[in-house]
Amino acid sequence: MARRSAPEVNAGSMADIAFLLLIFFLVTTTIETDSGINRKLPPIQDEQDPPPLKERNIFIVLINSNGDLLVEDEPMDLKNLKQAAIQFLDNGGGKGDEACNYCRGAKDPSSSDNPVKAVISLQNNRLTKYSDYIAVQNELVAAYNELRDREAKRLFGVTFQEMEKAFKSENYAGDKDKLKERIQQIKDMYPQKLSEAEPKRTSS
Amino acid sequence: MSKFKKKKSGDLPAISTASLPDIVFMLLFFFMVVTVMRDTSIKVKNRLPYADEVEKLEKKDLIMYIYAGEPSERYQSVAGTEARIQLNDKYASLKDIKQFVFEERQDTREELKQALIAGLKVDKETNMGLVSDIKTELREAEALKITYITRKGEALKNLE
Repeated sequence: MARRSAPEVNAGSMADIAFLLLIFFLVTTTIETDSGINRKLPPIQDEQDPPPLKERNIFIVLINSNGDLLVEDEPMDLKNLKQAAIQFLDNGGGKGDEACNYCRGAKDPSSSDNPVKAVISLQNNRLTKYSDYIAVQNELVAAYNELRDREAKRLFGVTFQEMEKAFKSENYAGDKDKLKERIQQIKDMYPQKLSEAEPKRTSS
Repeated sequence: MSKFKKKKSGDLPAISTASLPDIVFMLLFFFMVVTVMRDTSIKVKNRLPYADEVEKLEKKDLIMYIYAGEPSERYQSVAGTEARIQLNDKYASLKDIKQFVFEERQDTREELKQALIAGLKVDKETNMGLVSDIKTELREAEALKITYITRKGEALKNLE
């Protein structure tokens, strides 16, 4: 009895335990990537002479504190906002120099002349809920993206989003400069002109 | 000849697995160290709104996170229920944003300073007034690239 030496601990299963822990950590830690809507704020400048804009080239979207939309002085559901924005942007009612040869809109003379000139003005008051605001932003960006996708498909056979994805990926096989040029070309056709005015003091 | 035979007849020695745990532990420690669970503790409610026209933010170190929203329940007794801004680990006022942006700029390498993006993580119940104030401050600090960080989902979900 007294002679019994301490038995050697079998270390063979240690690897299994460590593997188990390793796998646990590999699985549980998600390197979360945030995603969001990118915007660019206008730089601060003294706005002495704002560029003259024709009434018909401005598309006013108003959000009140209850999340109701007033689009071009008419109440509208969020569902229909995207379509209305597309109609406005793609109208192409201009003539002569301002004509838009790729628009497929109704060419309504009372709506925008050209997507390059069309401005969407997003207005909110200070009590508008952030989620409503994001929802509207999202729909408007969706409208732009749909038009850009359409033109990219027509000109280059791929959607705009695929082009941007390819541009960002490291192992894009083709010519990146050319791709960049093409992306810029599409962007120039439908520039995102989304003006975010300072919120109105009065609750309208 | 006899030497040859000797080799063939000899038993295959068992490969020692004693160092295997060490290797695996090394891997384990590597992953434990590398994975950052969360860099800041958020002291405001942070239920992000939904959007689906989103772009992924790739370079995480180039994002200046600005949180805003109602203080979380455990801080409400101290901070009240009015929506607040959080920068880094503490509550901040509007005036601190400029300072925050400058500090972040200083920590960034020269060639990347232009690529800094302000990431707004704003609770969905927040009023736009506060968000507009933040945007104005950012404009004054010339941090013009912003992104509204959202969850992925249909925009109509926001109305629920």
